[in-house]
Amino acid sequence: MKRKKRKIGDIVLFLIAVAVAFIMIVPFLWMLSASFKLKSEIFSVPIKWIPETFHLVNYHTIMEEISFPRYFYNTAKITVVITLLRVTTCSMAAFSFSKLRFPGRDTLFLAYLGTMMVPWHAIMIPQFIVIQKLGLYDSHLSLILTGAFNVFGVFLLRQNMMTIPDSLVEAARIDGCGPVGIYARIVMPLSKNGLATLVVLTFNNVWNDYMGPMIYLDSDTKRTIQLGLATFKREFDTNYGAIMAGTVISLIPVVIIYMIGQKYIVDGIAYSGMKD
Amino acid sequence: MKKKYRLNRKECLAGYLFLIPNFVGFLIFTGIPVVMGFFISLTDYTGFGSMNFVGFSNYTKMFHDSDFLIALKNNLFYSLTSVPLTILFALLLALMLNRKMYGGSIFQTIYFFPNLTSMVAVGCVWLQLFDSKKGPINQFLTNVIGMENPPKWFWGVSTALFTVVIVVVWKQAGYYMVMFMGGLKNIPGHLYEAAKIDGAGPWQTFWNVTWPMLSPTTFMVTILTFIASFQVFDIINVTTEGGPGRSTEVLVMRIYKEAFKYGRMGYGSAIGYFLFLIIFIITLIQWRGQKKWVAE
Repeated sequence: MKRKKRKIGDIVLFLIAVAVAFIMIVPFLWMLSASFKLKSEIFSVPIKWIPETFHLVNYHTIMEEISFPRYFYNTAKITVVITLLRVTTCSMAAFSFSKLRFPGRDTLFLAYLGTMMVPWHAIMIPQFIVIQKLGLYDSHLSLILTGAFNVFGVFLLRQNMMTIPDSLVEAARIDGCGPVGIYARIVMPLSKNGLATLVVLTFNNVWNDYMGPMIYLDSDTKRTIQLGLATFKREFDTNYGAIMAGTVISLIPVVIIYMIGQKYIVDGIAYSGMKD
Repeated sequence: MKKKYRLNRKECLAGYLFLIPNFVGFLIFTGIPVVMGFFISLTDYTGFGSMNFVGFSNYTKMFHDSDFLIALKNNLFYSLTSVPLTILFALLLALMLNRKMYGGSIFQTIYFFPNLTSMVAVGCVWLQLFDSKKGPINQFLTNVIGMENPPKWFWGVSTALFTVVIVVVWKQAGYYMVMFMGGLKNIPGHLYEAAKIDGAGPWQTFWNVTWPMLSPTTFMVTILTFIASFQVFDIINVTTEGGPGRSTEVLVMRIYKEAFKYGRMGYGSAIGYFLFLIIFIITLIQWRGQKKWVAE
């Protein structure tokens, strides 16, 4: 009797889980479906989730009439460069903070930690002024430089490297391995998980960034995908199908990264308690 | 006997050299702006030309500026609704997936997914779903439920901000669900066995075992969502741009508009420092709370 009751409970719970999954997924189905529809079909009643004929006109609009391929290329370029710079400089700094000893180390690390709680929005004005004074306004370099030397990245990798036993480092040192060798041959290979987490999180954050490009970029040809999409939406806010075609394209890399790196994304959440 | 580690010269040099690439960038693009922002907030800098020292007048001005006060009030409403709703849904989803269920990991993947998408994409889609005249949600409310005047969602002065809350909760619940699931995993199984032996029902087990044992996670999630809620901007700028009227103006939107639309860099910086102060206070509460839980 009790068992039966429990079984019914499980079925009810499963149905609720399916209903929630539907709510989470349905906006993406709408996005995909609308991107293949003509304007007159999008808001038809009842909703046709699968369009009768797949029209490519919206993708054509996005690709030909505005420079969406250009935005895509810009974003990919900025994302790759920031990710590379961030992984390199953050891992070097994290190595220095966790495995090397020098005067002032802990004070410097405290300065890093202290700025982690300053929200970027609170300092975006002075940061903008710095960028302007350096003559970097409306260049991709502005986004690259403000994104590359990330404090959170240093913190995440340091926490990761702290778990590598010092005895390993000590043993290598006795065997005549210098700091560069220890970094490249011992610490980096043993921090693979932390590095992968940082890569995946960085990719996602930079790809989805909207406010940074909005402040630092001006000319159309330099826009990133989020900025391009938001601007397009503002200028043609009734071209529903084309807006959805743009969002579909902007989501493709995110979906791919999620499929490859889901484990690392979930791992990264453990560190979020300390970020911002 | 513990051998004292001697600082050696080569290692010190290596330490500085490994740090320098990141440190220079950190100093120029984060360190200097943190300090500089405060000085700018004491001036009337417009982005061009000269800078005059105006003392704390930008700070006193805030409390007579109706744009700022409305944004502050809206932001508080946003925080006090989005935080509890996010926690509620994230916790319910975590409790649900914590039970052995058919397809549990697929559900987790699906619930987490919206979190990875950009606010721009999310905003564009929900604008269509919530479209007050033709959107599928209002079609459903009028045609199926038979509502005569369905809500205007993003386009209604009294509903716009709450619509933003709905979208944000939808987007971020899966993220905090994963945090709660981590917390649930850490509750020792013997506590549940003990509760079972004592004859506790599911409700009693939840309030006497799960809820108290989960409190460090709940506390952490509350702090994180609270901090994030004071930085809301992207979704509002994509959907309502602060309107209709000033009904969805929030703090970051004020910073952005003052500095980059009206060229009031000094005043914008002052609001920025005010935002920093709010987040600093929340962080202090977090530190105290964490100490309390560690001590127990």
